[in-house]
Amino acid sequence: MIRIKSGFLKQLFSSFIDLLPILVVVSIFQLLIIKQPFPDLANLITGIILVTLGLTLFMYGLELALFPIGDNMAYAFARKGSVFWLVTFAFALGFGTTIAEPALLAISLKAASIAAEGGVITNSQAAQDSYALGLRLTIAVSVGTAIIIGVLRILKGWSLQYLIIGGYLGIIIMTAFAPPEIIGIAYDSGGITTSTITVPLVTALGIGLASSIQGRNPVTDGFGLIALASLTPMIFVMLYGILI
Amino acid sequence: MDVLIQLGATLLNSIRDILPIMAVLIGFQLLVLRKPVPNPQRVIVGFFAVLFGITLFIQGLEMALFPLGEVMAAQLTNPDFIIQATGYTANQWQGYLWVYLFAAAIGFATTLAEPSLIAVATKAEQISAGGINALGLRLAVALGVSFGIALGTYRIVSGTELWMYIITGYLLVLIQTAFAPKLIIGLAYDSGGVTTSTVTVPLVAALGLGLASSVPGRSPLIDGFGLIAFASLFPIMAVLGYAQIAEWRSRTK
Repeated sequence: MIRIKSGFLKQLFSSFIDLLPILVVVSIFQLLIIKQPFPDLANLITGIILVTLGLTLFMYGLELALFPIGDNMAYAFARKGSVFWLVTFAFALGFGTTIAEPALLAISLKAASIAAEGGVITNSQAAQDSYALGLRLTIAVSVGTAIIIGVLRILKGWSLQYLIIGGYLGIIIMTAFAPPEIIGIAYDSGGITTSTITVPLVTALGIGLASSIQGRNPVTDGFGLIALASLTPMIFVMLYGILI
Repeated sequence: MDVLIQLGATLLNSIRDILPIMAVLIGFQLLVLRKPVPNPQRVIVGFFAVLFGITLFIQGLEMALFPLGEVMAAQLTNPDFIIQATGYTANQWQGYLWVYLFAAAIGFATTLAEPSLIAVATKAEQISAGGINALGLRLAVALGVSFGIALGTYRIVSGTELWMYIITGYLLVLIQTAFAPKLIIGLAYDSGGVTTSTVTVPLVAALGLGLASSVPGRSPLIDGFGLIAFASLFPIMAVLGYAQIAEWRSRTK
């Protein structure tokens, strides 16, 4: 019990240290440069306490659940030896974690209103809703596809560089043809698809796979799933912009 | 009391976000793998810790940091403040000096607090047997985000095309990839996607929207986008560069 407590306090302290730079930056700018008092000090302090506690709990659960789950499932799939099920799992994980992502919901609604303003779709609620839903599905499918490609890469030992270079070339070519309004959203969509829960799970999955397959190195082959998952949405969203 | 009600709402949201992930994990575990999970109690406790952790984290951010970030973005882009603090008008890019500095500072600070980056850095340190230093990696990523967001705010102010920056950035990454140590490449690419999640995106989005609505001639709807793209591109360069420098230093020793 005492051991758990001291571990908890240590993690609490390290969470606070992680958050300290934000407090320093915000205080310096607010007090010295903008020269205004904090608008709501009580809320600020309560919020900081919650954030510190939240980060501590998250890090605790990360080591207890998210990393082991990703690891175990990777080993179990490697032992099972069925590429079909591994690929299905990869797609389900990518698609499932992305479709529910709140940041994605927000950005797709914004994209729909841009499209309506630009005259790409009719300016009705129904048209905007279906455009936003189409965009979300597109991005979720693209992340699912990315995880499939990434998992196959680990299995087959393909070089990550060539995949990424191919992806970049794809983005450059698509940029030339995509309607200008969609480009900003497309570029941003790459960054928002990877949430706080998805990242540790997917990272552990990749590293677990790379460590359980002979001839793969966890460091060089285990990473790269997140990179692919942030690359494909850009291509798919621009494609969506061209087709619609 | 209000706080508790909000916490409850945030908890429901977190549960809704986690449900599809849970469904996929449990579904495959039960139907395809058909093997019991080792240490089920630990995993369940850990999952609840993650769920409540994220809930408290987001609730805290929404109470403290996001409203403050919005207020600060509005204040820093206010034409009166610009004239008073810099002597330039809101039409000149020099007037936004404090915005660039704030963007750089807040980008650096929020990246260090980003839970998914802490997770990936910890994992990288574990599997490389200490060859990759978690804090060093996080600092490199934070520097990249910092520079990226500052440049991104300058782009919004100056109204130059987004794609020119991004494509130039990609070309630089390609050149760096050719020279960087093989060990770091996957991790460097990953760090681009990892940096932009819970803390950084909402704050940076507020800054972009604030800028795009106050700089004359910009539309928040169109020019407000693009900062996240900067924040995910520059860390790749920073991590590749960090690895390159580390390699040079160990070679000259």
